[in-house]
Amino acid sequence: MKRIVLWSLSTLTVLVLLLSYHTSTSSRVPLGSESSVVAQAGTAGAGSGSSGSDGDSSGSSDSGSSGSSDSGSGSGSGSSGSGSDSSSKTVDGDTVQTQWGPVQVSVTVAGGKVTDVTVLQQPNGNGRDQQINSYALPILRQEALSAQSANIDMVSGATVTSQGYVSSLQSALDKAGI
Amino acid sequence: MGMPVSLALRGRHATGPHADAAWERALAELRRVDAVFSTYRTGSWVSRLGRGEVGPDECPPEVREVLARGEAARVASGGAFDVRRPGPDGTVVLDPSGVVKGWAVERALHAFDALDGTDVCLSAGGDLACRTRAEGSPGWRIGVEDPHDPTRVLAVVPVRDGAVATSGLAHRGAHIVDPRTGAVPTSLASVTVVGPDLTWADIDATTAFVLGDDALTWLAGRPGEVGVVVRADGTASTFGDAAGRG
Repeated sequence: MKRIVLWSLSTLTVLVLLLSYHTSTSSRVPLGSESSVVAQAGTAGAGSGSSGSDGDSSGSSDSGSSGSSDSGSGSGSGSSGSGSDSSSKTVDGDTVQTQWGPVQVSVTVAGGKVTDVTVLQQPNGNGRDQQINSYALPILRQEALSAQSANIDMVSGATVTSQGYVSSLQSALDKAGI
Repeated sequence: MGMPVSLALRGRHATGPHADAAWERALAELRRVDAVFSTYRTGSWVSRLGRGEVGPDECPPEVREVLARGEAARVASGGAFDVRRPGPDGTVVLDPSGVVKGWAVERALHAFDALDGTDVCLSAGGDLACRTRAEGSPGWRIGVEDPHDPTRVLAVVPVRDGAVATSGLAHRGAHIVDPRTGAVPTSLASVTVVGPDLTWADIDATTAFVLGDDALTWLAGRPGEVGVVVRADGTASTFGDAAGRG
């Protein structure tokens, strides 16, 4: 479900802009189960992870928490691949046991570079470990993508004011009911 | 100037009466916050406080909480963030809006706590907070707007439980001024902060934006936060623990 209103911190008006329902539980592309590329948590941090082969590469046991984040780091700094996602491939990595619990990531590889990382599974620890596991490092795009090709749910940006909303990406996402 | 509020729900209570009721509770909370904190409504508690008609002790406890957060932010930023800034006529203006937006969304998000097995993402004016509760959920994927082309995203961040805030001058009329000088910062295009709490993520994004060239250094000292800094020339850098403070 996606709903939008215009909330004003500064005027009395609360305008209902749009009410749309969205029943899909996820707009993400289903991940293939075949894993010709296996990314262990942490190993994707090495950057271009396309050479990863099947099996249990030595799961860096450094930390599950930074593992998922490191993956983001790797792709962040290593996203110099062609901006084209057309030949990209997304695969689930193995589940890696860490001292905090299981960690699993899925990695998208295009042109020999890791272009995206999603955390599929993470430990349910407490406190700081959980906080760090709760989000990963942002992945910079070599080429800015449209919302659709980036497959995103919401946009964070400075232009999303009442004036800017109509032309914003979030507006497009809301209309699409994504 | 208002701001759009967007809500996305997924999972067990993505639709239905429970979802509707939670949405209404969230909106009611936002309206209530607006009534207390609006600087555009002369009768709001904050407006009256700013004019000296009432003292902090006479205001609702939320006002003192927000002012305390603002003071903590002022100290943590060395004065680059302040709920009091120079007004156009040289007087000091009380404007806690930089604290209130993130704080209000965090409060409104609690309206959805009762929706078991349901993911929620609540956004107000481009700042958002996420929770992931649905079985097997992949979490939320948040795009970071390209400040030079708001129709596109320049980064993506996966968030299960956390907040994403972006500060910038990408839109005409959105004012951020350096409270120390009253000047508009110009070296950065936008700062996006991802962290456990939207109040602090929002404050820190604004602070870093004001700090300009010193933003990355300052952000590296903020525990548990990651994000993206986009410079005025369009180049972008990520920061955070995961980046090895690079």
